[in-house]
Amino acid sequence: MDMKRDYYEDVQLITSPVVFFWFALLLLLLYLFPFFVDNYYIYVANYIAINIIVATGLNLLVGYTGQISLGHAGFFAIGAYGTTVLMVKLSVPFLIALPSAALIAAGFGFLLGLPALRLEGPYLAIATLGFGLTITQVIGRIELFGGREGIHVPDINIGSWIIDTDKEFYFLLITLTIFLLLFMRNLIKTRMGRAFIAIRDADIAAETMGVNIVFYKTLAFAISAFYAGIAGGMYAFVLKFIEPEIFTLLMSILFLAMVVVGGLGSMMGSITGAALLCWLDLKLRNILDIPYVGEWLKSLSENWFSLTGVSNIQYIVFGSIMVGIMLFEPLGIYGIWIRTKKYWRTWPF
Amino acid sequence: MEYGSEQKNTGGHGHFNKEGIMIDFIQMIVSGVATGSTYALMGLAMVIIYKTSEVPNFAQGEMALITSYFAMMLLTTMNISVYLAFFLSFVFAAILGAFLEFAILRRAKEPNVLGMIVITIGIEMIILGFVSWKFGAEQKVMPFPIGPYDGFIVGDIYISKLDVLTLISALLFMIVLYLFFKFSKLGLAMKATQQNSVAAQIVGIRTNRIMMLTWGISSLVGATAGLLIAPTAMQPFMMWDPMLKGFAAAVMGGMTSLPGAVIAAYMLGIIENLFGGYISIEFKTVVAFVIIVLVLCIKPSGLFARHYVKKV
Repeated sequence: MDMKRDYYEDVQLITSPVVFFWFALLLLLLYLFPFFVDNYYIYVANYIAINIIVATGLNLLVGYTGQISLGHAGFFAIGAYGTTVLMVKLSVPFLIALPSAALIAAGFGFLLGLPALRLEGPYLAIATLGFGLTITQVIGRIELFGGREGIHVPDINIGSWIIDTDKEFYFLLITLTIFLLLFMRNLIKTRMGRAFIAIRDADIAAETMGVNIVFYKTLAFAISAFYAGIAGGMYAFVLKFIEPEIFTLLMSILFLAMVVVGGLGSMMGSITGAALLCWLDLKLRNILDIPYVGEWLKSLSENWFSLTGVSNIQYIVFGSIMVGIMLFEPLGIYGIWIRTKKYWRTWPF
Repeated sequence: MEYGSEQKNTGGHGHFNKEGIMIDFIQMIVSGVATGSTYALMGLAMVIIYKTSEVPNFAQGEMALITSYFAMMLLTTMNISVYLAFFLSFVFAAILGAFLEFAILRRAKEPNVLGMIVITIGIEMIILGFVSWKFGAEQKVMPFPIGPYDGFIVGDIYISKLDVLTLISALLFMIVLYLFFKFSKLGLAMKATQQNSVAAQIVGIRTNRIMMLTWGISSLVGATAGLLIAPTAMQPFMMWDPMLKGFAAAVMGGMTSLPGAVIAAYMLGIIENLFGGYISIEFKTVVAFVIIVLVLCIKPSGLFARHYVKKV
């Protein structure tokens, strides 16, 4: 297939004019997209972009470094609350508040990474899960953070540019997302990325080769938390109002599901996984409005189930996707894509 | 996340004399033991599965949930006695567990820990969605022979009958299962399956069948917890807190040790209640997780398990 002859060929982003063309076209479409669609779809795009950021960060931890996190809603919450509280209570400008909040999240990620050094499997799962739950509980009790009642999120202003529509927010968010994705892509191609992958594949072997496990594992947690923090900060502006009940265990599970469904250890995987699950999430919220299926489900619910609980079908759908992916395609959507590509490349054979 | 047995904590600050403080303290311990018993049952259920197949079963709570709703459906729609209904629910639970192992867990292509966590969480969400679709999210009443407020007073301490029943079943299950794993041929086969499944197959153990059986037994133990929690709080999320705390207790006990899980569960229950009574009622639900993280920092394989050293 495509043979790499030197190191530079492996790390370069644009390998041929064709790739450059598609890349430029994609960027162009991403930036022109809001001029042609309804406001609702811009909102959907924002929602998806935020989850792509989290999924990318989580994939670094789960897919590349081989750790488990069931507590990313905690980092997400730290980002959201950090940004909002810095802006509202301390009147810090947005451009400083967002990275500071993300850095706080990264700090917590580092702290969580310390016990994680000695833990694995179910032990790590319960420790991270506990962290996520604890953060939400603690935030809900702090008066400065609005307590249980929640807190209102102000509009973003960068200099004299006040962002108060979904469209303007989209341009800011998409720029940020592209930047973060490129950063992650380059990070994985560097010495650090290879160290992460080495830890995932065989941590003892990696240590013998001179990879500093303590440094890289905590770093993976910190970077992953940083991404979740940025995404959380941006999510606050989508919601306009945040309360502790938003950042549940279910959210952490959904983040993990995005990474797994998309494909562990692949950037494309996190993007497609996040996009698919978010789109489904938004669609399934009003499941009865879906043509044909909605009618059928309505009669089914009336006869056999309860109509009040019909929105819970989304749990069934998500659960089935998670189980199905793990059973039939452990590499996720990315695995399906790879297989399809191989099939067509060698087609008649 | 809130669930009924928290209300059982009647230890208020009504007493000011020394004796009253003492009674408060004992009452809190009693409530802690009661809460701990449900954690212990869930923890036991998870340990059984982990012992045999190294799957951290996140679906445990929801398997118990659907069994409780099944029991409720039997009791409210069909005119059968409570004992028969419970017997049928236990049969249902065992079949459900075995079926899940047979139909889903066994089919997994790459059985690593993360994959298993994702699969069991997936199962959990399917069952949760199904139950809340069928029955709605509102609180239901479980026609249980012992009501949640039936109790008796010993000295000045109130003891609920339901809690006593939970305590007895938790201890009974622990002892029976411990003896089962230690002395019965089947228990030995289960241990062998966990330690080296290929070697177990070579000596003639049908590992597939062992797994199915394990899931059946575990589901039954979990279902007991579900049925005992149902009278106080019957709604689709009722098992989340006991399941997570039970899992936490199992992890703290070392994930493979049955007495360890039970002891850890009681520790968590008691510490949680004392913390709620004396320090802060608000952080009561999360204190268990903080303890877990601290314990794991010191002993990464839990309190009662030999530390697992990976071989290269």
